[in-house]
Amino acid sequence: MALDELYKEVILDHYKNPRNKREMPDAELSCSKNNPLCGDEITVFVHEDDGRVLDVSFVGQGCSISQSSASMMTEAAAGETRGEVERRIGAFRGMMAGEVEADEDAFGELVALKGVVKYPVRVKCAVLAWDVLQEALAGEGEAGGSAPH
Amino acid sequence: MAVTQQRGAGTLDVERIKGDFPILERTSHGKRLVYLDSANTSQKPRTVIDTITEYYERHNANLYRAVYELAEEATAMFEEARVSLSRFIGAPDPATVVFTRGTTESINLIANAWGRRFLREGDEILFSEMEHHSNIVPWQLVAGATGAVTRLIPIEDDGTLDSSRVEALITDRTRVLAITGQSNVLGTMPSIHRLTESAHAVGAIVVVDGAQLVPHNPVDVAELGVDFLTVSGHKMLGPTASGGLYGRLELLDAMDPFLGGGEMIMEVFPDHSTFKAPPHKFEAGTMNIAEEIGLAAAIDYLEALGMENVRSHERELTAYGIEALESAGATVFGPKDPGLRGGALSFWYRDIHPHDLAQVLDQEGVCVRPGHHCAQVLMRRLGVPATTRASFYVYNTREDVDALIVALEKAGAFFGA
Repeated sequence: MALDELYKEVILDHYKNPRNKREMPDAELSCSKNNPLCGDEITVFVHEDDGRVLDVSFVGQGCSISQSSASMMTEAAAGETRGEVERRIGAFRGMMAGEVEADEDAFGELVALKGVVKYPVRVKCAVLAWDVLQEALAGEGEAGGSAPH
Repeated sequence: MAVTQQRGAGTLDVERIKGDFPILERTSHGKRLVYLDSANTSQKPRTVIDTITEYYERHNANLYRAVYELAEEATAMFEEARVSLSRFIGAPDPATVVFTRGTTESINLIANAWGRRFLREGDEILFSEMEHHSNIVPWQLVAGATGAVTRLIPIEDDGTLDSSRVEALITDRTRVLAITGQSNVLGTMPSIHRLTESAHAVGAIVVVDGAQLVPHNPVDVAELGVDFLTVSGHKMLGPTASGGLYGRLELLDAMDPFLGGGEMIMEVFPDHSTFKAPPHKFEAGTMNIAEEIGLAAAIDYLEALGMENVRSHERELTAYGIEALESAGATVFGPKDPGLRGGALSFWYRDIHPHDLAQVLDQEGVCVRPGHHCAQVLMRRLGVPATTRASFYVYNTREDVDALIVALEKAGAFFGA
């Protein structure tokens, strides 16, 4: 498999110019997690009001796959109901497990990450931010503020 | 046995050596295989592979317990392998060499069989900031069980260990100094002989993680004076799960067994058992017979090359590698003087994450290891989440280093770094 099938243009763009990579002092929900495999660490912040996820941001360090996935995730989640965000988390995990067809209508830009499925070691990088978002929504993290450093 | 001889003093005839390693004939992603991950596991020469095959085709039987010819042959080969390993590391007596699956099992054996027997509340176990998790976690576990405490020996900014700073931490409470012979990340080689004298002066034992030291250097435990030294066979051209442990005979005699079961006992009664003398006291159940016999073939191969020559070949390659990496814009961690270090070169390249870097290198047929290298304590000290590591062995050449640099530059161009 050629490199540019794994590292699609969209991935490199989100890696070099991450969207919503910022702390969120007034976030209702946040959670931090690291990937023990590579030492990557990510914190996700969620601004939620009345069952709707109004804004999602992240901070942390990691490889292009984990960072671009986090960046795309913030865009995919913002403005959606909590139920829809949870559905999208499930669908993304399904795509990464190779169980859900990765079509552009359903996944938009996130389809760019489907090449990761062929690299089992890197799947963990791609799903890290999504795991953290789910834990934040479940209230397993702490409310608001800055990254725990 | 056909074994490649070295070409001249201090050098290895690497082209001939390469011919001894079947795997180096294959390609990876259509490119020449450039294997730079021997600190992780080494490749195996034909003689090791053939020895294992021959063992299974001609001699396979379980050890000690049968009286037929096959079993006698297998037992003799296994015990000859012990003599080989013992000779290779300068052990005074084969009885001081216990076969294990490698360094992780060896350190767990020491921590449990010696540590649980002799450590008391408040006793101190010293280990350094650059230890592999296998020389940290077993000590934490035994400390938790005995009330002993662990203390961290800091490294210097240049990745070396300052012996006088270590000595300041060695007190009359110190019972164990657990230290790597050669760091798997930085390549650093602490002054084991000097540190051993300091530890012995307060009655502490010295446990040397030899996973990286033994494959790449002439080692003589009698000369070093250490109490325990671990050996990982798979990192020195031997099969996976081969390896062992050297221990001073008085210690092996005094400590408890580790695993209990068949072959390690003298007599078993309903309420107690008696045990064999070392090394068999520590070898319960059916051992890795074929693997240890394969390790003996790897030792023969290395001895024919000469460990002084192996060391000098890698020292030359390490110097070349450090210079090439730095010229390419990489930051190399650990000592810069190849006389103070081994050939594990961990580096950071132009802010490209090690996992991305290694992925691009893989496409070029270059095998390196990205990650924390089972040294998270050290990663925190270095202030990086991970590094990329290229490591050398007898089959590596300057061309391999050059291929690494070309691949790095491709990665740099690809990620626009």
